[in-house]
Amino acid sequence: MQDKTDLTSLIFGRLSLESIPYHEPILVVTFIVAALAGLAVAGFITYKKFWGTLWRDWITSIDHKKIGIMYIILAFIMLLRGFSDAMMMRLQQAIAFGGSEGYLPPEHYDQLFTVHGVIMIFFVAMPLIVGIMNYVVPLQLGTRDVAFPFLNNFSFWMTAAGAGLTMVSLFIGEYGKTGWLAFPPLSGIEGSPGVGVDYYIWSLQIAGVGTLLSGVNFTVTIIKNRAPGMTLMKMPIFTWTALCTNILIVAAFPILTVVLAMLSMDRMLGTHFFTNDMGGNMMMYVNLIWIWGHPEVYILILPAFGVFSEVVATFSGKRLFGYTSMVYATIVITLLSYLVWLHHFFTMGAGASVNSFFGITTMIISIPTGAKLFNWLFTMYRGRIRFELPMMWTVSFMVTFTIGGMTGVLLAVPPADFVLHNSLFLVAHFHNVIIGGVLFGMFAAINYWYPKAFGYKLDEYWGKWSFWLWNVGFYAAFMPLYVLGLMGVTRRMNHFDDASLQIWFVIAAVGALLIFGGIIASIIQFVVSYRRRDQLRDLSGDIWNGRTLEWSTSSPPPQYNFAFTPVVYDNDAWTDMKKQQFERQRDGFLPIHMPKNTASGFVLAMLSAVCGFGLIWHMWPLVGLSFVALIAGVIIHTFNYNRDYHIPAEDVTRIEDERSQLLDRYA
Amino acid sequence: MTTNATDANSMLPSSHFYVREHHPESGTLLGFWLYLMSDCLLFAGLFATYAVLGNSYAGGPTGADIFELPLVAVNTGFLLISSITYGFAMLQMQLKQVNGTLFWLAITGLLGAAFIGLELYEFAHLIHEGYGPQRSGFLTAFFSLVGTHGLHVSVGIIWLAVLMVQVKRYGLTTENGRRLMCLSMFWHFLDVVWIGVFTFVYLMGVL
Repeated sequence: MQDKTDLTSLIFGRLSLESIPYHEPILVVTFIVAALAGLAVAGFITYKKFWGTLWRDWITSIDHKKIGIMYIILAFIMLLRGFSDAMMMRLQQAIAFGGSEGYLPPEHYDQLFTVHGVIMIFFVAMPLIVGIMNYVVPLQLGTRDVAFPFLNNFSFWMTAAGAGLTMVSLFIGEYGKTGWLAFPPLSGIEGSPGVGVDYYIWSLQIAGVGTLLSGVNFTVTIIKNRAPGMTLMKMPIFTWTALCTNILIVAAFPILTVVLAMLSMDRMLGTHFFTNDMGGNMMMYVNLIWIWGHPEVYILILPAFGVFSEVVATFSGKRLFGYTSMVYATIVITLLSYLVWLHHFFTMGAGASVNSFFGITTMIISIPTGAKLFNWLFTMYRGRIRFELPMMWTVSFMVTFTIGGMTGVLLAVPPADFVLHNSLFLVAHFHNVIIGGVLFGMFAAINYWYPKAFGYKLDEYWGKWSFWLWNVGFYAAFMPLYVLGLMGVTRRMNHFDDASLQIWFVIAAVGALLIFGGIIASIIQFVVSYRRRDQLRDLSGDIWNGRTLEWSTSSPPPQYNFAFTPVVYDNDAWTDMKKQQFERQRDGFLPIHMPKNTASGFVLAMLSAVCGFGLIWHMWPLVGLSFVALIAGVIIHTFNYNRDYHIPAEDVTRIEDERSQLLDRYA
Repeated sequence: MTTNATDANSMLPSSHFYVREHHPESGTLLGFWLYLMSDCLLFAGLFATYAVLGNSYAGGPTGADIFELPLVAVNTGFLLISSITYGFAMLQMQLKQVNGTLFWLAITGLLGAAFIGLELYEFAHLIHEGYGPQRSGFLTAFFSLVGTHGLHVSVGIIWLAVLMVQVKRYGLTTENGRRLMCLSMFWHFLDVVWIGVFTFVYLMGVL
């Protein structure tokens, strides 16, 4: 008997039937819904005989366009999860006053705000950013793929594996109850003995590897793969922001890796990095994680700035105002983002001089950001503005982000921060900049580049519903939190005694409901657009009268992007080509050298996920096996020297001829 | 027919708008260099941690109590010489000498293995004495910094062994040459990091 338990605990570690939360009705219902949805999708794929295509053309694909689309699909799935967590919190806070306990006990509520933050940053905002960069950057550079196409596929699957582990925690075990940055000592083994923090650590470690590698990949792509003639100062501004973001990724994510590794060693091996005793120093964790964490928010916002720059120039029908100053503003923000991390914990007690330094550097960031805003406004000034959906998102961003930026400068003043620190004012501030900046940017990007990716425009009617519901919903949900924060209400509470506060939380809940409507409207928008695709079709490849190279090829672009590599003379390369009476080449095509698809990335990422799962539950044999398999897999992959092929000239000719005929017919 | 048409096509000139054939240069070395810089930041995190925790002895031993400089000096010698022997391997590679390359790679690998062996001996000895990483903040930081470096060297040895098989099997192709170059950067980088470890941890520890 004794032997049997030993064997069970050797194989299953901490995992037992008790770890499955079948006694919690909310989770059981969620599980049933998720399982049914999963079965429905699987059934549909089987019915349509889609498995083969899915495997060959998507999962193993190393085409940057397909990987970009998969990133965005992942982000939308995770957005639904992250948003349902938000909705549950808003509902709880709207009803849990005085005598009412609400419906969420503290240990469940604590997991909700932790997982909401982690999912929204790592598995919604990041995949959206990386997805858009994947799709757009190589096209804007006039190249055929990224510098390391296999690595790109691997990065995606590592991100997906991290997201998968986070989702698994819902049904097996629990998630951290520590807040999204898991500060010790609460996240130490004594504060959090369960598996929640381990889920947090390993899902972020796995996804972090993917992000770091895609940072390296895109930096090299942008430096090495530009079309002939495209000097750095002729690069489209979105690609410039992508370059800065990827440099930030390479320079910030190693710190996340190292700090999470230290936390896991404290938890697993009993070391003393961040413990309260034996010489540990927990403020070191807070410093290190914000040295990653502050650049991270600029990693998210810079590409959004790039999107707005592209959109404003295109829909104002003008060259971007102040291109050079825009580039330098981006670079200055990139550098300054490393000099401000301490403003996240002015209350640590570092002293007046240190706090002043970090307060001032933080305020300085608003100068280049302000310069960008004026550039956008001056681009619009006397332009022929078309208020299409991407432009609407851009205008609402300018207003919303400015408000968020101003509350940010307010928080950068150390004495004010001592009052507002850890309050709902802070929560309102960062939602203000992340929703109003990053998310609005990504909606602008999706509406702007969707016709490029799929060959038809997104439906405007439902797009406008989504736009207005998101906007009104955002203000209704977060302005009350500013008010509450100024009244001194702290964040992360699941119950309040003072009933006079309730009205504000009710308004916020209504706002969240409106945002829910916005999400539904945007899903309807995709469905309706797909069904009306024939009416919304664009054959020209240049639906918005665009300015950069991605609009010079067909929509959707062929696998090889460009039959011939374009030559660049000016920073709005495509506008310049149109001005110079550009004629599309119709014959004389050559075979095109392309990388081959491979399953290695998917397999290695899944092995990492299994290894991570084993580490979370202390299933040591599983960890050993999957780790050895992972190393062996990497080595086997390096023995594959046969990684590329040529698309024959006839195939290129056939694809290009079809396009020529289409263009002639509708000319 | 196909080849003829293709040949004829490739003779056509590029236009004002297009180049007919464009081959961006390989980004592998730049990419690997960037990876190394990210690795460097990882070590920077560990060095910073050592700087913060290096005096937190929690009543346990100090560096001066436990470091055996002669042992570490020998170990440093192994690693520095292994960098030179890797350089010899690269010279042989330039001369297209497969066997010469393999010989010097093998010597490099053996020196690396000797380094790891001595480091493991040092660790085992400390843990046996009761000075494991759980003893104090100082020892936690020491073991994690030195151990992470050792882990990197171990990965380097595995990589080196795999590359030797590949060079043996496929010869000194362009791809293998690029891989040898990447491993070379990795190996020298670890040397540089070790010089930092030796100076800041061991030498300044016994002062």
